[in-house]
Amino acid sequence: MTMIAGQPPPEQAKLLTQSPEGGETAAVGSLWRLILGVFTQNRLAVVGLGIIVFMALFSFVGPLVYHTNQINTSVTQATLAPSSAHLLGTDEVGYDELGRLMVGGQSSLEIGIAAAVLASLVGMVYGSISGFVGGWIDGLMMRVLDSLLAFPALLLLLLLASIITPTIPIMIGVIAVVAWLVPARLVRGETLAIRTRDYVQAARGVGNTGWRIIARHVVPNVIGVLVVQTTLAVADSILLLASLSYLGLGPPPPAANWGQMLSDGLNYIYDGYWWLIYPPGVAIVLIVIAFNFVGDALRDSLEVRLRQR
Amino acid sequence: MTTYLIRRLGQAVLVVIGVTIVVFIISHLLPGGPARALLGPRVTPEQVHAFIVANGYNKPIFVQYWHYIDNLLHGNLGYSYHYNQTVNSLLAQDLPKTALLVGLAVALAIVVAIPLGILQAVRRNRSIDYVLTGASFVGYSMPTFWLGILLIMTFSVSLHLLPPEAPQGATIGVVLQQPSALILPVVTLAVVSIAAYSRFMRSSSVENLVQDYVRTVRAKGASEWRVLFHHVLRNSLIPIITLIGLSLPAVVSGAIITESVFNYPGMGLLFWNAATTRDYPVLMGFTIVIAVATVVGNLLADILYAVVDPRIRVG
Repeated sequence: MTMIAGQPPPEQAKLLTQSPEGGETAAVGSLWRLILGVFTQNRLAVVGLGIIVFMALFSFVGPLVYHTNQINTSVTQATLAPSSAHLLGTDEVGYDELGRLMVGGQSSLEIGIAAAVLASLVGMVYGSISGFVGGWIDGLMMRVLDSLLAFPALLLLLLLASIITPTIPIMIGVIAVVAWLVPARLVRGETLAIRTRDYVQAARGVGNTGWRIIARHVVPNVIGVLVVQTTLAVADSILLLASLSYLGLGPPPPAANWGQMLSDGLNYIYDGYWWLIYPPGVAIVLIVIAFNFVGDALRDSLEVRLRQR
Repeated sequence: MTTYLIRRLGQAVLVVIGVTIVVFIISHLLPGGPARALLGPRVTPEQVHAFIVANGYNKPIFVQYWHYIDNLLHGNLGYSYHYNQTVNSLLAQDLPKTALLVGLAVALAIVVAIPLGILQAVRRNRSIDYVLTGASFVGYSMPTFWLGILLIMTFSVSLHLLPPEAPQGATIGVVLQQPSALILPVVTLAVVSIAAYSRFMRSSSVENLVQDYVRTVRAKGASEWRVLFHHVLRNSLIPIITLIGLSLPAVVSGAIITESVFNYPGMGLLFWNAATTRDYPVLMGFTIVIAVATVVGNLLADILYAVVDPRIRVG
């Protein structure tokens, strides 16, 4: 789970020496052109983006095309094998499994993306203040981070989920509580480097306040690192949600997410109801891989750009 | 070196204090406070009041915190009314078994991931590298509980090679008597770490392979084997030590899932049961012990890092 996030592997040297074409992004200034550059050069990133777009369309547009009843349960229609009426069969309470996958995809993507973005925003504010202010305040703020990082994410999540009944907004908040630590630390590291640069000194010299320097100079410079981190954090959040759902502490029914569907389906593994297990399982693996592909590609090209600066 | 150690140790002490504050705050977030958590939902207001007075919860928050720290320093982690045992005795019973599971999984991950990472670095951008990279992406992206059940289906249900359930026993000795039953849980827990470590090892080795010292060693006529295992391995291992230290919380998270899949009688399973039955003393006690263990683990990793890499001691 949150294992390699925040520990950027030292990939850059290889990129510089082995794929000179990766260096072309170096001259590009804007983040959006950088992102565009990644997708024109890196095949894995294109595959990843394709999967993400497909899953998003499937989950959010799919229900408009493929109409299913996701409100009324039906015992007589439970665990039917795939047929022309139900393309992927039905689940244990009679919902159409394909339609359920779409609904589940919506909350998996919503929770994963919202939790990652929220975590990055909080981390950005915390990290840039800590790094910019420096001194004992920085030391104190970093020890607070270290203290929270000492808790295994799932332990803290189980503890929180046992206190509050999780709805989707609460789930987003709860996952963000454990996910903001890594971006905070990354941003703080970047800020420490940016703080000493000439343009920051110049901005200070002409009388800008600390807040303005953070907003106008620090934040635009850490946003690249943050975009990479957020992309990878979406993958981790979706996995965390799956783990929590398996442990019975995810959002309760009728809410659905892929992790919940997979763990429900696993109850029927001896009955051979493969359509309840493989579709949600494969969906999780694909979407997590996709966000990892995109995140890694973004990081690689960002690091090349930083090297050239 | 000494100043580094003292500074690092001071940080660790501060972090441990921070950990206790976090757990203390969470215990006050409980619905109805610690009284309701301990006495259950059917308690009367009079009983709650009596409990609050008896345990000093009407005192100022700093006095309560001091009381809490005092208890911790005396090794008193609380009492589980659910199990009718002290949290200490529950911990003493189950923590060693989880430590065994986590230790074996991390050891397996290191033993498998380091050669894999080096192999990928040497054969980088060839087919074997692509296959292994793909495999590690899948291993990393697979929900642990699904992987565990797939392994059970394959090796227990279909092939009848390994038992589907982890060894059952109160003590670590009993658990160790059935080594074959340990294989599936350990492998399940190790897969994510293998994926993460090998990817890191690959990039770390790739970076080292293009360094000048490698060219020098090659020019001096060293065999490829010596280049890899005497020079590149040593330098690539250094960042791995930190990664392993930092990944410990994630491995413990994985252990909770693994233990519940295989019904492994360890701390993770107990923690999960405590979360579903809202046995807060167990949750709080275990959380603090694991967090402190993590801080100590990271401290040891950093000290080891400084011992292995002389450059750290200067900086």
